[in-house]
Amino acid sequence: MMRYTVRRLLQGLLTVWFIATATFIAMHMAPGDPLLNNKATTAAIRANLQQKYGLDKPVTTQYLVYLNNMIHGDFGISYAQQNRSVNDIIAEGFPVSASLGLLALLFATVGGVLFGTLSALYRNKAPDIVIMFLVILGVSVPSFVFATLGQVALVKINEISGVSLLPVAGWGTLRHMLLPALVLGLGTMALLARLMRSTMLEVVNADYIRTARAKGLSPTRVVVHHQIRNAVLPVITVLGPQIATITTGGFVAESVFSIPGLGRAFVQSVQQSDYTVIMGTTVFFGGFLVFMVIAVDLLYGVVDPRVRLK
Amino acid sequence: MAPPHSTVTEGTAENPAESIAATGTVIDAGFAPPTSDLFKYIALLIGATVIITVFISWLANATSNGVAGAAIDVPGNTITVALADEPPQLDSTRATDQISHMILGHVMEGLLRYDAQNKLVPGVAERWEIRPDGATFHLRNSARWSDGKPVTAADFVFAWRKVVDPKTASEYAFIMYSVKNAKAINTGKLSIEKLGVRAVDASTLEVAFERPLAFFDKLVAFSVYFPVRQDFYEAQQGRYGANAENMLFNGPFTLTRWVHGAQLRIERNPLYWNQHLAKLNAVNFGYITSDGNAWLNLFRDGKIAWAGLDSENLKTAMEQRWHIRREITGSTYYIEFNERPDRPTRNVHLRRAMLLVFDPGELVNKVIKIPGNLAAYSLFPNWIRGEQGSFLDEYPPPWHDRVDIAAAKRELEIARAELGTIPPLVLLNSESSIADKQAEYFQSLFKETLGLELRIDKQTFKQRLAKMTAGQFDLVAAGWGPDYDDGLTFGDLFASWNLNNRGRYNNPELDRQVHIAESSLDQHERLAAFAAIQKIEYDEAVIIPNYQQGKVFVEDPRLRGVVKRAVGPSPDYTNAYIADKTL
Repeated sequence: MMRYTVRRLLQGLLTVWFIATATFIAMHMAPGDPLLNNKATTAAIRANLQQKYGLDKPVTTQYLVYLNNMIHGDFGISYAQQNRSVNDIIAEGFPVSASLGLLALLFATVGGVLFGTLSALYRNKAPDIVIMFLVILGVSVPSFVFATLGQVALVKINEISGVSLLPVAGWGTLRHMLLPALVLGLGTMALLARLMRSTMLEVVNADYIRTARAKGLSPTRVVVHHQIRNAVLPVITVLGPQIATITTGGFVAESVFSIPGLGRAFVQSVQQSDYTVIMGTTVFFGGFLVFMVIAVDLLYGVVDPRVRLK
Repeated sequence: MAPPHSTVTEGTAENPAESIAATGTVIDAGFAPPTSDLFKYIALLIGATVIITVFISWLANATSNGVAGAAIDVPGNTITVALADEPPQLDSTRATDQISHMILGHVMEGLLRYDAQNKLVPGVAERWEIRPDGATFHLRNSARWSDGKPVTAADFVFAWRKVVDPKTASEYAFIMYSVKNAKAINTGKLSIEKLGVRAVDASTLEVAFERPLAFFDKLVAFSVYFPVRQDFYEAQQGRYGANAENMLFNGPFTLTRWVHGAQLRIERNPLYWNQHLAKLNAVNFGYITSDGNAWLNLFRDGKIAWAGLDSENLKTAMEQRWHIRREITGSTYYIEFNERPDRPTRNVHLRRAMLLVFDPGELVNKVIKIPGNLAAYSLFPNWIRGEQGSFLDEYPPPWHDRVDIAAAKRELEIARAELGTIPPLVLLNSESSIADKQAEYFQSLFKETLGLELRIDKQTFKQRLAKMTAGQFDLVAAGWGPDYDDGLTFGDLFASWNLNNRGRYNNPELDRQVHIAESSLDQHERLAAFAAIQKIEYDEAVIIPNYQQGKVFVEDPRLRGVVKRAVGPSPDYTNAYIADKTL
């Protein structure tokens, strides 16, 4: 187990290095650079800016400097927000995105497992049809539609009720988090529900279920302890990458609900060719994703004793 | 096997008819209908979810810094508004974007300032003399920094030297080039101490000019000319302007809170010399989002005091029967031609043909359809001042009375004779729904009237700039916003030495007129030069003017006195107040 963990971690580091390098190359190949702005600058000012950010050095030197700084945990200074370090931007944005993401993930997992299970239990009956219809809606409708619709619905509800039940945007309290978290988690919830339904139906004919029922266990006990426990494994598999995606920020939800998270910083940096922020957030995001996948693989052993044996 | 419906009698959710039907096909129907037992599990799950939710929110509260209140807080004499973007940083010597200038205009003050009627009034300087060779500003003794120390002439000297210092790499350094030696310092030829500005004593600032300048008083109201105090600046170790606590203020408001990405708050400055100026206790910039729908929803929910409208949510606003208001941003949008030698658009006849078939009114009213935009017939917008009123009224721009396709075709024939076949032309364009509509309109217009092919090259912001700078276009959809309140801010755009002249238009006669407008102190002569420039730009078809940008917005009727202007901080809440009977 120890050796397995170490090997996976080393693989993870290699992946992160690859992500960093690929991002660096892609970024420098794209036309446009962070020093260009609406107002044209003189050659002298441009040269000064290039010197300040080390862009006057050859690309290979820039790459080495950047790798070296990254190893020391320093992602540099943002080009767009000239006095802020990328580390600060990540340190301020990530907790916001992460708390919103955790809530979204909680909603998604609970809803996904619950609706998936119900839908499997009522297979081909009214609850199943209704749930699967909603699931298809959840998977296929892009999140900005849900975000805007949710916000408009909230405005209407607030208008009708005459009190501000939930704020339509902003950040700070649980009331601010509920709707964005729901919107952010909706896609994942739909995905998990569908997955849960199919795995539930896969295990329903398994021998151990038959045995459990033959023992005379109550149906509920069979469902909860035998069927769900086995059916939930693939759900955990997809949960890993989903954790990383959701907690590093949904750009749409953060933008529509005016939430100061990392997702917004990430997308804006690409629009502004803000090299350091692109690099910092991509490597952070990539690293987070890679290690989440590893964590899930290790977690497998906890949930499924068969994996532990290997 | 256990009987599949052993507990059906208490199955609250179960339809008996359905359960009977299912009995025969146990495996197909799943096997376990929910029992009260299962609902217990579900209840447990939901209970756990609520507990975890509360826990996460408790964790998240650690990341928040207070929440904005209602749009109009009458007892608190405070308003809440939204920002489209966060200011990148608030060091006035390096500020480049409009939002930074807007915030700085509230929390800082230069030698002069604009009042509610857009007239220049005394700021830190209580009086001043401007001569052909320089200027003297007499600073008021009552001007204070937010830590109580007086604002002195040395603070201006420090800031201005910082602006032109090549190490600062300020993008707006050019706006100080009228101060003696500024350009030489900025290009690294002289040391910063040589800048033509000095503190005679704590309250007298002496400025020497590079050349006579007709509008220096208008320049010093601009953010880049604001003071910065040396000892405080240096104590911040390079973080000046990065956070509220890394700044010192001397304006009618102070910045009291800045949560990055979330909100800013300005409060009335108790140390400001003119306590009658600001009426509001505070302005919350409570939301930062560029999503137009979010703005409108926040407005409908009573969370922000005004909201800009785009073409999509304009309809919603009209359905609500809100009073829709307009403003002019001060910018002109146009199509610029590439005049580099290898480009077909270098041919004046080809450019003229394209200009002659175009009617700005049609573009504005039938294509873009945003109320507020005005059809433009010149690069100069209508708010540029003439001798008495508007420059455009006194010097109407030359224009064809109607679209003249016959004349355009004659021009095109000459162009064809000179160029041979004309290849498809590339229109470089930005990414927005307006830009799309505009580009498609020109594509079909030139195709139908002249048989010219137009290829649309749509690029993101920075990539479009890269292509503009490198000259990789034939036509480019561009816009120009004013930097200072004088016609020259538009007049010198196509001077051969202007780096913002992306098409590299080069005409010695236009350059000569720009020189006159730059150095003459006779306003009549300067306006005549602008008129000559305007005529050259039409005759030579340097640009195809499209529209003067306007914006439409809805505003809470209780909010009064917000000033919007083409040049200077806008919107300006300094004179804003809440009109409410309960006050």
